[in-house]
Parts: sequence; structure tokens; C-alpha cells
Amino acid sequence: MVKQSKVMKDFWRGGELFVWMTASGVAISLLMVAGMLALIMLNGLGQFWPGTLQQVTLNTQETVIGQMVGDEVIPHSVTTEAQSGQRRFRYRVGNRDQFGSEYRWINEADIASISSPEDLTFVERREWGPAYGRISLAAESAATINRDESTWSTVVTLVDRANQLRQRIEHLEREDIGSINYRIEKARLARQTLVLKGEADPATAEADRRLVDQMAALEREYLSKTEALEKLHKEAGQDVVLLTLSTGRSVRMSLDQILSVSRPNAMNWIEKVIAYVRNLWLFVSGEPREANTEGGIFPAIFGTVLMVFLMTLAVMPFGVMAAIYLREYAKQGPLVRLVRIAVNNLAGVPSIVFGVFGLAFFVYALGGTIDQLVFPESLPNPTFGTGGILWASLTLALLTVPVVIVATEEGLSAVPRDFREGSVGLGATKFETIRHVILPCALPGILTGLILAMARAAGEVAPLMLTGVVKLAPALPLDEYLPFLHLERKFMHLGFHIYDVGFQSPNVEAAKPMVYMTTLILILVVVLLNLTAVMLRNRLRKRFATSAV
Amino acid sequence: MEVRSDRMTATAPMVSLRPSLSPSRSVPPHRAVGSPVQAKISVRDLDFYYGHRQALFQVGLTVRSHSVTAFIGPSGCGKSTLLRCLNRMNDLVEGARAVGRVELDDVDIYEAAIDVTDLRKRVGMVFQKSNPFPKSIYDNVAYGPRLHGTKDKRSLDALVQHSLQGAGLWDEVKDRLQHSAVGLSGGQQQRLCIARALAVQPEVILMDEPCSALDPIATGKIEELIYSLKETYTVVIVTHNMQQAARVSDQCGFFLMGELVEFGDTKTIFTTPRDKRTEDYITGRFG
Repeated sequence: MVKQSKVMKDFWRGGELFVWMTASGVAISLLMVAGMLALIMLNGLGQFWPGTLQQVTLNTQETVIGQMVGDEVIPHSVTTEAQSGQRRFRYRVGNRDQFGSEYRWINEADIASISSPEDLTFVERREWGPAYGRISLAAESAATINRDESTWSTVVTLVDRANQLRQRIEHLEREDIGSINYRIEKARLARQTLVLKGEADPATAEADRRLVDQMAALEREYLSKTEALEKLHKEAGQDVVLLTLSTGRSVRMSLDQILSVSRPNAMNWIEKVIAYVRNLWLFVSGEPREANTEGGIFPAIFGTVLMVFLMTLAVMPFGVMAAIYLREYAKQGPLVRLVRIAVNNLAGVPSIVFGVFGLAFFVYALGGTIDQLVFPESLPNPTFGTGGILWASLTLALLTVPVVIVATEEGLSAVPRDFREGSVGLGATKFETIRHVILPCALPGILTGLILAMARAAGEVAPLMLTGVVKLAPALPLDEYLPFLHLERKFMHLGFHIYDVGFQSPNVEAAKPMVYMTTLILILVVVLLNLTAVMLRNRLRKRFATSAV
Repeated sequence: MEVRSDRMTATAPMVSLRPSLSPSRSVPPHRAVGSPVQAKISVRDLDFYYGHRQALFQVGLTVRSHSVTAFIGPSGCGKSTLLRCLNRMNDLVEGARAVGRVELDDVDIYEAAIDVTDLRKRVGMVFQKSNPFPKSIYDNVAYGPRLHGTKDKRSLDALVQHSLQGAGLWDEVKDRLQHSAVGLSGGQQQRLCIARALAVQPEVILMDEPCSALDPIATGKIEELIYSLKETYTVVIVTHNMQQAARVSDQCGFFLMGELVEFGDTKTIFTTPRDKRTEDYITGRFG
């Protein structure tokens, strides 16, 4: 008895249990992170795989074509006789315009047979989501096509041609007509500026007349371009295919509505891998369609990265300057301590508060004033007086400045006193010491602050919703028109995109994989940004290693 | 000399290096007999305070030009504080205050009109812990001259070489001037710091226990260096090691609790100290 109590005492004293507790803390954290990543990847990455299309014949002789996306035990079907209950399958049947809903539950008991014939076709459309069925050429299109080829390869060729046409249309819309619109708007603003000046001398009248002429010329150019555009549209729409649905009905589809056709059941696995990679690439590099539930997320990726970049440019100088003052110049006392406490607390303020401030101060006060002083000709349309990427970046800079200050201060205080004395002892002024010795040594610490700030900024959504993020931005903030970087433009953001697609879209169920996929991309973007900074920091650490004797 | 009993044995090999040098120490060869001994630094009635705590009490002494002056004494006796008063490094300490006069070439360095950076350029400093900047060897030595306006690459090169030669480091590092200074050994780093101080071309070099973190061999090299430096510079050194003070210095001051107990020729202090406390200290009875 005595011996056992000694063993127990040793056990408690030795802290074995404590070691186990700490280790399990690490294990649980790791598990949670790994579980989160696995969940996101499983749910997101699967959607690009060309899955098998099934043709299900029901007991009622009705057929259903679709992709099985899930199954469950029917609630309340478990009885004493049937312990395992009855199962039902969830099929994505597509053709939302025809069936009203994209998904359908089918009870296992109702199924007579399941097959997966090779000629089942998956059609990706510009509107109304995917369609499933069997495809054939409409009579009038079939007449114009070479008869030697099979129907399927003809359809594929036609879809390719339609896609090329669509690219030309988009190019015409975006580049040519876009540029004309841009120049017309510039001429209009120039005229407005003349009006605002209010001078009535002949030179002004002459300039005004020239602008009017220019606008008229542009208008004519515009009309000719739209004509060309219309012709292209007509050409794209002339080919028609028939899609035979599971119900046996045939639907006519103009080819310019079709993005791609595929027969997953006829593909071998290499073709499937190619299709997978292609889909993934289209997702990352493409523009969103259908209220963001389909297509790609490139504008959101671009907006996120650019915003983080601008935020960095804004936050670094201010944060580092403030930290240098607090640590190096300010007389350490109650006041500085108070400032430090305030800065630390600033980091804990809910981000939406910063959003409200950004809206009130940056957008309305600052932006509104800029509009009145610099862009009076475009009023009442706001230029800077509305949310934009600049204001969003500045708001986030404000949000993250405490992080940078704290990290920089830590970096500065970690520079050995010996270096300061060594430099000052050589006749350097305080400024020279800071500039040549202390700042280089503190750079890794400063970069740590930057990494923390970027990680925080990339993930914030709430303040952005008030200061410039939109569901769909018509143009990227960076383009080929002067001054190239349009800081006043609204932008898209991955975090907001997740919220929008997942909870604000008309087709929430179909958008689920998009949500996971966008989340995955957001994580990747944050990780990549941080990795870059970490690599930079490690290189600097090596260069400014302070102890190696 | 039998008084330096037990402490000698610790660094016995070093002592054996020295006897040949000792005769020349008492009468430096470069100083013409009969010429007046020039005072480089005079400290007069200096009181020094860290906040409310007084660290120096009425210190007064004269450092001769082109000589080595050593400050000895137990920890916390104020010897480093006095050293750091000589180039106003104590200005960096918040709440530090000096009352009294410290004259460099008969000009009080605590006067308002004094440019502190210029003063520190004239009075260089080498610290207890070697503190090369995390830059290349070349950039370390060129740091001071660049600050003070030497831009020309060729004269910088010459200055760096000259300073490294002056610090006896040139032969060891001439092939890797662009390597990081942090990769040097402890003794080399300390000599680099001396070279860095020399590159500014000061008149006085203050050394704050320059060998306390070094092994005996590196210590020997630094001591030899100190001995040769006094040809060109005035050297003031703070040391814990009394043998070192005996070996390298011409004049010596013994400090205790912020007071200068005794100041005079090293030989006199170590053989016939006037004050009982000095004798106790150098014979190892306390401290």
C-alpha cells in the first residue's frame, strides 16, 4: 500500500500526465487542421472529374439520366423487419430549364435497372446549368455537313467552331467596343470639363466642336462594330443540335449556347485525366458565369492578390515608422506604454468596425472630396466616392497596422545593444545607426509582421463588403488603359465569393463544390503569399545572422 | 613582483611573453627625453549619476598622449563608467548625468557646443563583447569612413587594408573580405572591431575589457596589438585582469566603489602602492 502510493506520487511528480496532455493538444490541433483540409479537398476537387453518367429505368418504365451524387437511408424507414432500412439515391439530372430542379431523389426500391451507355452526353451550357441526354444534329444543320463523318465527331467539330466564334465575339466586345466606349467616355468628360470651366472664348468653342466631331466619328465606328458583332452572333447561332432528354423529348439547342459536350462513359482514364486538368484550369483562369455558380474565379483571385499587395504597400511604411518612433525615439514612459496598449487593443477591434470607418471616412469623406476636387466632370457619378480597391486596401491596412507595429517593435528590441553602441561609438548619429545597422537586423522581424498582416488581410471579408467588394466586377482593376492601375474600381474577392456563391446564389445546391473549391484556392493563395514572405525572411536571416561564433 | 602570486599562474604563458618588452615600457622610445609629457585627456572632479545613484565620486586623472592607461578594480567600481564618460557613450543611458570636466586636448567635451559624433570619431571605442555588424568584413571596416564621407572606392580599399593591417588581421582575412564578419573566430572578431575603430582614424582608443571573452592565445595577440597601437594612438583600457594591466599599461588607476583610489605609473602601483586598499586588491586579498 505504501509502495503504491509512492509510485502514484512519483507519477504525479514526474509530470508524465502533463507530457501526455501537451502532446495530445498538439495531436488534436494537427488532426483538426488536416481534417479541415481533407474535407475541403474531398468536396471541392471531385467536381471536375468527369463522372459516369447513368441511365436509370424505374419500375414505372420512366427513365432518368444523370449522375449519382449521394445516397442515404430514408428517414423513418428503419423498422423491426428491415433493420437496415431502405436506401435512396440522389441524382443530378440537370436540365433545370426543363425539369424545374436539378436534383432528384430516387428510392432504391423503385429502380428496375441501371445502365451506363456510351452515347450519354454531358452538355455544359452558358445558361441553366448542365444538361444530360443524347445529342444529334438538327435536320437543317445536318444538311450542311459532310455526311461521311459520324454524328458525334460532327457535333464536336461544330462546338469547337462555335467556341472559336464566341472568342471572336468576346474579343470584339471587350477590346474593340470597349476601347471605343472608353474613348467616347473620355471625350464626354473632356467636354464636361470645358463646360465646368465656363469660358466662352473661341478657342474653347473650337475645342468643344472638335470633341463633338470626335465623338460622332467614334459613334459611327461603334455602329459598324456592332453590326459586325451582330453578324457574328447570327453565324454562331445558325447551327442547332437536338438533345434527346431522358423523357424522350427532344430539345433544340443553338450551338452558341453550348460551351462543351462530352461523353464521360466513352472516355478512358487518360482522357478523363486530361478533361479533369482542363476543367481545373478553366476554373482557375476563367470568368464566372450564371451568377457566379459556374465558370471560373480568376477575377476573384486577381482581386484578392492585388488587394493584399496594395494593403502591404500601405501598411509597411506606416507600421514600421510608427514602431521605430515608439521603440527608438519616444521617451519610454507612461504615455508610450499607453500608446502601446492602445495599439495592441486596436488589433482586437472587430473588423466590421474598421469597415464602417472605412466607409464613412475613406469612401464618403475622402473619396467624396477627391471627386469634387479632381473629377468634377464625372459627377454625379462617383469616381473615388464609392467603394473601390484603394479604399478596401487602406481599410485593411488600418486593420493590420497593429500587427506590423508589434512585430516590428519586437524585431527592433531584439537587435543587440552591442550593435547600437558599436555604431554610435564609431561616430554614427542615431539616424545612421538605425538606417544602417538596426533596420537591416530587424528586417526578419518586420517581415514576420508582414506575414501575419497578409494572412489576416487575405481572410477578411466583412470590412470589404462595405468598402468595395462586389459580386461581379465588370473589369479587373488592372488593364491596358491609362493609368493601367484603376484604384477606384470595385473588385472581386475570394472570401466574399465564397459567401456569395454559397449563400446568395439561385442554385445553392449545385454551387456547393464551387464553395469548397473557392475555399481551397483562398487557402492556396494565402499559403503562397506567406511562403514568398517566409522565403524572403529566411534569406535575410541568413544574411543578417547575428551570432555564429 | 612576488606579490602577484596566484593570479599569475592562471595566464602564466602570457607573462613569459612579456619580460623582454617591459624595459621599453617605462621609457617609451618614441618620446624624446626632456620633452614635456603631453596630456591628452584630463578628468577633473567628475561626479557621475545613473538616475539617483552616484557611480563616480570626484574622479580626477590625466591620460598621457601616446601611452596606454589602464583602469582596474573590482566589478561595479565605476571603471567602465569612467571610460564611457570619455567619449560620452553614457549619453545613451537614460537618466545618466555627469558633473565635472572631461577635457580632450584642453576642451571640455561636456560643453554644449561639442558635436558628439565628432567627439566619438576622435575617441573610438572597442567593447567587451566583440560586436561586428552582420555585414561583410570589408563593410564592417568601411562602416565608419563611409559615414564620415569617404566615398571613393580606391581610398576606401586602402583605408580598409591599412586598418586591418594595423589590427594585425590583414593576413588572415585578405582573401575573404567579402565574407560575413560573423564567421570569424572570437579573437579575430575583436581585432576586426579594433580595425573598425582604427578606420575612423581616431586619436584615442577606449577599450572596455577587450579580452574578457577571449582565450589566452587571442588575448596575447590583442595585448601585443595594444602595445603597438600606442605608437600612433592614445589607448585607455579597462581590465579585470591585473596581469594584463601590468603587461600593457604605462599608467594605471585603481577604482573602488566609484572612487579613484590611486593613479600613477603602472610600475609604481604594482610594486609600491601607496594605498593599503590597492595593495590588498593587487595581492588578491579581496576583489
